[in-house]
Amino acid sequence: MSGILVVLEQRAHKSLARINWEALTAALRLGPPASVAAVILGADTQAAAAEIAAKAPSRVISVQHPLLTPYTADGTLAALQQLIQFENPDFVVFPHTYQVRDYAPALATRFGQVLLSDVTAIAEGPVFTRQIMQGRLNGSYRHTGSGACFLSVQAGAFPAELPEPRTAVIEQFSPPIDAAQIRTTPGEPYRAAAQAVDLSSAQLIVGVGRGIKSQDNLPIVQELATALGAELAASRPICDNGWLPMERQVGSSGQTVAPKLYIAAGISGAIQHLVGMKGSQCIVAINKDPDAPIFEVADYGIVGDLMEVVPALTAAVKAAKQ
Amino acid sequence: MKIIVAIKQVPDRESQVRIDDSGKWIVESDLQYAMNEPDAHALEEALQLKEKSGGGGEVVVLTAGPESAGTVIREALAKGADRAIHVLCDDLATRDALSVARLLAAAVKEESPDLLLAGLQSEDLGYGQTGVIVAELLGLPHATLILNVEKTDTGVRVKRELEEGWFQSIELPTPAVLTIQSGGNKIRYATLMGIKRAKTKEVRQIASSSLVSDSAAVVVLDKISLPTKKKSTQMLAGTPKEAVAALVEKLRLEVHVL
Repeated sequence: MSGILVVLEQRAHKSLARINWEALTAALRLGPPASVAAVILGADTQAAAAEIAAKAPSRVISVQHPLLTPYTADGTLAALQQLIQFENPDFVVFPHTYQVRDYAPALATRFGQVLLSDVTAIAEGPVFTRQIMQGRLNGSYRHTGSGACFLSVQAGAFPAELPEPRTAVIEQFSPPIDAAQIRTTPGEPYRAAAQAVDLSSAQLIVGVGRGIKSQDNLPIVQELATALGAELAASRPICDNGWLPMERQVGSSGQTVAPKLYIAAGISGAIQHLVGMKGSQCIVAINKDPDAPIFEVADYGIVGDLMEVVPALTAAVKAAKQ
Repeated sequence: MKIIVAIKQVPDRESQVRIDDSGKWIVESDLQYAMNEPDAHALEEALQLKEKSGGGGEVVVLTAGPESAGTVIREALAKGADRAIHVLCDDLATRDALSVARLLAAAVKEESPDLLLAGLQSEDLGYGQTGVIVAELLGLPHATLILNVEKTDTGVRVKRELEEGWFQSIELPTPAVLTIQSGGNKIRYATLMGIKRAKTKEVRQIASSSLVSDSAAVVVLDKISLPTKKKSTQMLAGTPKEAVAALVEKLRLEVHVL
């Protein structure tokens, strides 16, 4: 039988993340609702399967095996390979999470296929859009081979709201997995340190990126943040360099924020950063490159050197507050 | 320990990108090139592993790309890699991830390393899967988004980044493939002595056609285009002083934050 499998991701002690429903929406763009089956894997998938059944259009396939929790690439690959062989789908859709990045390319390889990763749009054809050159350009891709087409969808690219409440049928799929197939030994997840800064509740944020060039220039953006009464945040490279602590990082590997105002100073707008701040009510971008992708999500943009623009803005904010 | 590091030459992030006449690629004559940054972190991790083991073992860099990619090979050798393998191919942009991974896997197989490190993603096409596919093709265990690698008696212990500020430690037997995330280490600069030494180090060039016979691409890049704006951005022009005056006005009257 042919159809569309959408593989959703359960995280420990949490309800399913929004990106799962976005992936389901993407799957529904590829064929009729009756052809879409949602897949959930784990040692215990009962609660998650029930949660999905209320939203999935026709079938939920619950793949349960004690060796599927905690996650390992080897265990997940063994289970999904068997499921795909059994279902023989036309499309296999994933949310583009860190976990999917870990196993989905290898899964596609097992079927002689290539994962279309981080897809942002699906058009007639189907033609899949994904970003290239750090988000500065879009690429239009087609799957040309025969066999299943594997794709993962970017966070925030498709709506998470699904048409109507459903009651999908939950089916069980129990693949044999041998403990000897699992070559890696994963440890318990941990946090580096208690997060002292909760950016998610900040109303105003000044974010700084590579454009700042040097740690010595940081006071320039700190002064703007102080003048505004804003929290200071940063894109990954700034925290990688140790110029600001990791707890101030906004983006896929840091915090997700949605303040009233987000000023992005010297941040080009790679997707890893955008996913963490594009929900902000107002975004101001200051960047010397007029083609920087940050301007695509900005409400207001100033093209210029942040070394000149930011101090001028600080002075203007101070004057306005007097 | 013998470590291979897969590196890629990519357009420098400061380069202007323009779409070429075919509509399928960018104008290459406009570009400056650099080593893909996550790959530079992978190289650094390999060099540190070698140093921690008292300098034993070998760090071999591997790249697939045109003759001009020799620049990043020399950079890697200058930073301390021992030798290099350069798979010559001029059609990197039109190959899908599986096709490139097949080239690299064939070159890695001949060397039988203990570890293969690669950056987690390229800064140009950003498929983010080459390392994982090579692992699958070679039948090796892998781990992705790795910030730190430690040798153990039976293999390696790695620090893997999870989402939202979480981490996890994973143990893998070697040989294994790891894709390296940025930020776990600080990339070194090449020293003058290193640059001098690099000139005497071995760079083996291999024609891609001698490694694997070409197979048809499974996914193709049909065209590239400028992204369409989702929001209507108001650009505030003028001198910095004029632009910020206009912005403060907006922040006060429309955004209501001042």
